[in-house]
Amino acid sequence: MAPRSADLTCHINQASPIPLVANFTCKAGEVLAVVGPSGGGKTTLLRMIAGLATPKHGHIKCGDAMWFDANSSLSLTPQQRHIGYMPQHFGLFPHLSALENVIAGLDHVPKAIRKQRALDWLERVNLHGLPDRLPTQLSGGQRQRVALARALAREPSILLLDEPFSAVDRETRERLYIELARLKLQLSIPVIMVTHDIHEALLLADKMMLISQGKMLQQGKPFEVLSHPNDEAVARQMGLRNIFDGQVVEQDATRNMTWFTLGDKLIVSDSSPHVSQGQAIRWVIPNQGIRFNAISSGRLCKSLNKLDVLIESVLVMGESSRVIASIIGIGSVINADVPTHLVDKLGLQVGMQTTIALKSEQIHILNASS
Amino acid sequence: MDWQALWLSVKLSCFTVVFLIPLAILVGRGLAYFQFRGKSWVEALILVPLVLPPTVIGYYLLVGLGNQSIIGQYVEQMFGQQLVFHFSGLVIASILVNIPFAVQPIQRAYETIPIDIRDAAACCGMSRLRIFMKIELPMVWPGVLTALVLCFSHVLGEFGVVLMLGGNIAGETKTISIAIYDSVQAFDFDSAGMMSLVLLLFAVSALALTTSMSRRLGGHNGATQR
Repeated sequence: MAPRSADLTCHINQASPIPLVANFTCKAGEVLAVVGPSGGGKTTLLRMIAGLATPKHGHIKCGDAMWFDANSSLSLTPQQRHIGYMPQHFGLFPHLSALENVIAGLDHVPKAIRKQRALDWLERVNLHGLPDRLPTQLSGGQRQRVALARALAREPSILLLDEPFSAVDRETRERLYIELARLKLQLSIPVIMVTHDIHEALLLADKMMLISQGKMLQQGKPFEVLSHPNDEAVARQMGLRNIFDGQVVEQDATRNMTWFTLGDKLIVSDSSPHVSQGQAIRWVIPNQGIRFNAISSGRLCKSLNKLDVLIESVLVMGESSRVIASIIGIGSVINADVPTHLVDKLGLQVGMQTTIALKSEQIHILNASS
Repeated sequence: MDWQALWLSVKLSCFTVVFLIPLAILVGRGLAYFQFRGKSWVEALILVPLVLPPTVIGYYLLVGLGNQSIIGQYVEQMFGQQLVFHFSGLVIASILVNIPFAVQPIQRAYETIPIDIRDAAACCGMSRLRIFMKIELPMVWPGVLTALVLCFSHVLGEFGVVLMLGGNIAGETKTISIAIYDSVQAFDFDSAGMMSLVLLLFAVSALALTTSMSRRLGGHNGATQR
């Protein structure tokens, strides 16, 4: 059986036992990252799609096949849904070898070809020469690959990955990112990946959905969500730290520009959301929108949004350094992750006064949180 | 050495485990997997035989299964045989008394199966029966074996309930523990010593085996995966 290419449509709404509201479509060949903090309902959502948990209301549909419909009390079993599922801790059967684990997912093919098919899948996930090893004899990365091979060997109509990289070390994780990115190109089924790591979502997903406390906060292309968070809750969940108050001074919709104040400074944003003059707003700027300009270097920012700051701390964290600076005359604090070599080049140090520029195209005015 | 009593005890142990272990697998699995209202009460009820004196259990079984009881009368009507002072009554009593020894290790073994594995098995397309046979049983077998050994040895040494319900009928209800008691009463310490030694050796071997199984179960179910 070849993998079937069909979109997954999911409408779930329940208030108890775990509140969860999710409405989305994941197209065939698309990777959807479900991102949110622990206990936010991500795994529950995945288990509902898999048929391992039953929502109170809503429906789940894969192509033309209705998997779950609360109205007609229809709920297909996980076996009937024909899915590939990789649980957070991989769910490998500890008493079976890597090969037998993959064979366990091959019930749908004739017995005679199961072993060869399983070996082929192990080969495809770059797991050579280890078919006879038990899961306890494999490293975290190898276990992850066996679990992935088992899920894919089923030739599923949808692939569900629950925190696929959480149980492996950083080095293995980096390698697996590349492998999954490669594999993504070969798959023509919807892939739903649950993660709490925004970085993973930005790296691997075509689409992301933010979920918190069972509520869907925003969905869209990962970089769109990052640069245009709907509201402060989304911005905070995306790890954006530089969120400030402002007051609208003027808006020019034809030039797509909005001017607002930050203390007594005037800031311009290359956007024209629905705001009125004098309205109090919250706005955000991502890290990539902040430019440091050391006075000592003699170079001046060309940006309109220049702010004088006093550096309060420089925390070196490997290749990147966290610079915390207070905006002079306003008191607000700005956090920026600056490449360490640039910190050295610009001579950024505690107590130093310098100028930062905020890129107007990166400034995003937030909607009021619901 | 009362070989007849020993044989009867072994027979009683075999019958008990044959009926009790499958039942305990069902109950233990259900208690490990499912949450339901009143679960604590069910678990407490299962443990009752551990804390009640055997004579109290024996008394209730005598009253509950005797020929004055509904069950006793029904069985006598159907099979022409009363339950008390009969081997069949001893089997029923042994099953009831040994429920905690059978259910507890199996329930604990099921509880060690990570939910990830159960989910993965269902998503692999395996039927429930296949999941039970291919995944669950190989993972819980140390628990099942522990239950089996505990029940077998406990039935072998059971005294109070057997005496209350079965009396002391040679070849029918006189088990090895009652035979030991009889021997001591008759000052036949050689026989009593020999039979006691057999039970002691069996008990030590059984406990050594169950301890080893428990240890094995600890690292068996992918605990390192967590």
